[in-house]
Amino acid sequence: MAPRVGIDLVSVESVRESIDKHGDRYLKRIYTEGELSDCHTPQGVVAERLAARFAAKEATLKVLRPVDEAIPWHTIEVVRHDAGWVEVELSGRAADLAVEAGLSDFALSISHEAGYASAIVIAELDLRDRRSDPIGRT
Amino acid sequence: MSEEIRKIIAEHGRLSVDVAGLAPDADLYHAGMTSHASVNVMLALEDHFDIEFPDRMLKRSVFESISAIAAALAELQTEAVA
Repeated sequence: MAPRVGIDLVSVESVRESIDKHGDRYLKRIYTEGELSDCHTPQGVVAERLAARFAAKEATLKVLRPVDEAIPWHTIEVVRHDAGWVEVELSGRAADLAVEAGLSDFALSISHEAGYASAIVIAELDLRDRRSDPIGRT
Repeated sequence: MSEEIRKIIAEHGRLSVDVAGLAPDADLYHAGMTSHASVNVMLALEDHFDIEFPDRMLKRSVFESISAIAAALAELQTEAVA
């Protein structure tokens, strides 16, 4: 086994603009119901939290490494546990791609500060199955 | 259509260069467009052209250049007429 890592940085202002300009169409196109629920407070949606989740989806894609393939945003979901930590859960094509690539045990950490949100995703790559792993070629 | 696309990219693409000076096949991601900005470009295109990008088109190559976007829009508009 070997680790594969992905990282991404998203401007919170960019997310705020998306909400202002495209509203629910933006929110429902990108984020799952669970993610939207986690990002809502009595004061409204928290752009910083959404930006962190978008960064998590992008960081996950960097781990999955699809080759010009459409991976629906909803198939990469950030799940928040009651104690506060988050995990990434894959479904549909994203989950299939992980299996095909020999990737498992995805771990996620997100953060936001000073107008930016970041996410890092690490997964375990099974080196015994190198069919779709260009790094595995010798 | 190309000029309309350029206008939308200029407004939503957050490029680090002037869109007017970009070749039709210039890589928009190399020009500074982030993945999140490409989402805004996609939504603005949908608003302007009254179309919806299906899931199968939500990939990097569809939004990587002005000519690629134009080709995708032409395909969607053809499908809408058929």
